[in-house]
Amino acid sequence: MSADAAIVTRGLTRRFGARVAVDRLDLAVPRAQVSGFLGPNGSGKSTTMRMLCGLLTPSAGEARVLGLSMPRDAETLRTRLGYMTQRFSLYEDLSVRENLEFLAAIHDLPAREGHARIDARLAEFALAPHADQLAGSLSGGQRQRLALAGAILHEPELLVLDEPTSAVDPQSRRDFWETLFELAERGVTILVSTHFMDEAERCHQLAILDRGRLVASGPPVRLLAELEDAVVEVETEAPRAARDALEPLPAVRGTAQLGSRLRVLLDPALAEPAGAVEAALAASGIAARARRAAPSLEDVFVAATRSHEAEA
Amino acid sequence: MPRFSLRRVGAVARKEVLHLRRDRLTGGMIAGIPLMMTLLFGYAINQDIRHLRAGIADLAGTQRARWLAADAQATQVIDLVTQVGSARELEALLARGDISVGLLIPADFDERIARRDRTAAQLLVDGGDPIVLGAARTLTALPLATRDPPRADAAPVFELRAFYNPERRSAVHIVPGICGVILALTMVLFTAIAIVRERERGNLELLITTPVQSPELMLGKILPYIAIGYVQISLILGLGVLLFDLPIRGSLADFYTAAGAFVVASLSLGLLISTLAESQFQAFQMTFTSFLPQIMLSGYMFPFEGMPWPAQWLAEIFPLTHFLRIVRGIVLRGASLGDVAGQLWPLALFFAVTITIAALRFRKRLD
Repeated sequence: MSADAAIVTRGLTRRFGARVAVDRLDLAVPRAQVSGFLGPNGSGKSTTMRMLCGLLTPSAGEARVLGLSMPRDAETLRTRLGYMTQRFSLYEDLSVRENLEFLAAIHDLPAREGHARIDARLAEFALAPHADQLAGSLSGGQRQRLALAGAILHEPELLVLDEPTSAVDPQSRRDFWETLFELAERGVTILVSTHFMDEAERCHQLAILDRGRLVASGPPVRLLAELEDAVVEVETEAPRAARDALEPLPAVRGTAQLGSRLRVLLDPALAEPAGAVEAALAASGIAARARRAAPSLEDVFVAATRSHEAEA
Repeated sequence: MPRFSLRRVGAVARKEVLHLRRDRLTGGMIAGIPLMMTLLFGYAINQDIRHLRAGIADLAGTQRARWLAADAQATQVIDLVTQVGSARELEALLARGDISVGLLIPADFDERIARRDRTAAQLLVDGGDPIVLGAARTLTALPLATRDPPRADAAPVFELRAFYNPERRSAVHIVPGICGVILALTMVLFTAIAIVRERERGNLELLITTPVQSPELMLGKILPYIAIGYVQISLILGLGVLLFDLPIRGSLADFYTAAGAFVVASLSLGLLISTLAESQFQAFQMTFTSFLPQIMLSGYMFPFEGMPWPAQWLAEIFPLTHFLRIVRGIVLRGASLGDVAGQLWPLALFFAVTITIAALRFRKRLD
């Protein structure tokens, strides 16, 4: 773990009663990069982010954020942290400008400076025409831009974004990610959670969480390269029957259906994986064409969550 | 650790004002509740009871008996609406609730008066309502046989003079009380939902990741409602003066100063509720739980002196108890700020304790 990492955790754990939401998490988030949390709902992404922001007290382990110990130094972190909650948490009965003015004053920005920044953010995020509109009447994409504008108004060093694009159309998502990279270029450390594979692929660093545990981490390219399993894509009229036929085989480590296609993860020791799959399907009377495919992040995800299952 | 900033207090206060301007229901409550309640109660509540329905059983049928009935009627305390022939029938009317007072004049009425050894007549009263009972009791002081020439020993021992309210009009007593009761409800309610609303609408998670400090938030939430409290007080007093001839004998400046202590005490009670409640509905429930004992025990409904000491002790904690003494003191009796100082420090203490607990209870954590 590099000493200048923005976030370092060791054995970070959070229990809610008997349920373990985050389980002995060791993380290192580098500065000035976009780092992603990938995982299904309930995998502990939000809980981890809340612990990193000092909103939840860890049950065990420690977290250092920007060199500060959480949650002890949470109040000092507040001025250096921008946090975008999963649910829209600005005031719906205040206008776009009033929301930003409130945040500027709460962060104790001098009035002149605050107004200059608000005007700059409104222009930058294409919100200027909606400045006097109530936040509650904005579209999903506009709300999300407003939330981001609010989160970076005080120019924080660290930006924590909890599933920022879940209620947003594809074009807005692309624009949003462009903005994130611009911010990272200016030196802002960004931690973003997502359950979209395409978004995960764009991160500099990725941490895959499953049921509270870190199951894989590293740059997406490295995660793809390190995937041991052979990936075979099967095209068939009966993908579900094909899956049922393949899953019991000992060499098959995982399957995922994509429309009429089936992606199959296989033991890398298998000499001719595509041929083996075709043969196995033919034996079950299913007509199919199989070919080797380059691994995708989804395959990495399936493989990572499976090995965790085997461990557990 | 960010230092206390007036700018942040101002930001929170300004935001609350914006919420209020956009929230028609709450905005309507600010003026609507004082207007409605003052008009309704000012006209409707009358503790000076007149025109109780009464029945008479005149078993004597003499001139003197008729004089007594006429005198009783002339007090306007009772209206003789029915006449029956026996004590039993009178009791039946009373039991059915047809009348509240029964006047029983026995057959030997004239003899009893002449011999002066027994009470001459009987009043049967529905004792279920203490105020009716009290009103009927005034009839027992009725001088007998007023057509007799005045005698020296007929003069009553006491003459009652009602100071500060010589005409004994209820509105004069009721309107200052309403002022306290309305504020004790609206002030607490406004702030009781102030924080729990942020929680319910999902704003809290963002708010607690900003540098805003708990005391800044508490003060900012209270400030706009102090102004609203003064608007309500002015509305109620204005209506009192215009419609009910409420006299304002003391200094208005003194009264507004003292009332401020009551307003902030009630607002901080609301904030405390807001840090305890999980939802706006719970905040409403807790507000009414705090409100009922206040109106019952503060001396608004029943005289303070009549309560047992634990109840009096409890009532001394309530802000409304002290406000009623302040408003009756300054507005009705012309007392000065110095005269009501004894009511100010309990209010200040109440404010200090509740807002401190509220600020300590408000945690910038989700767990």
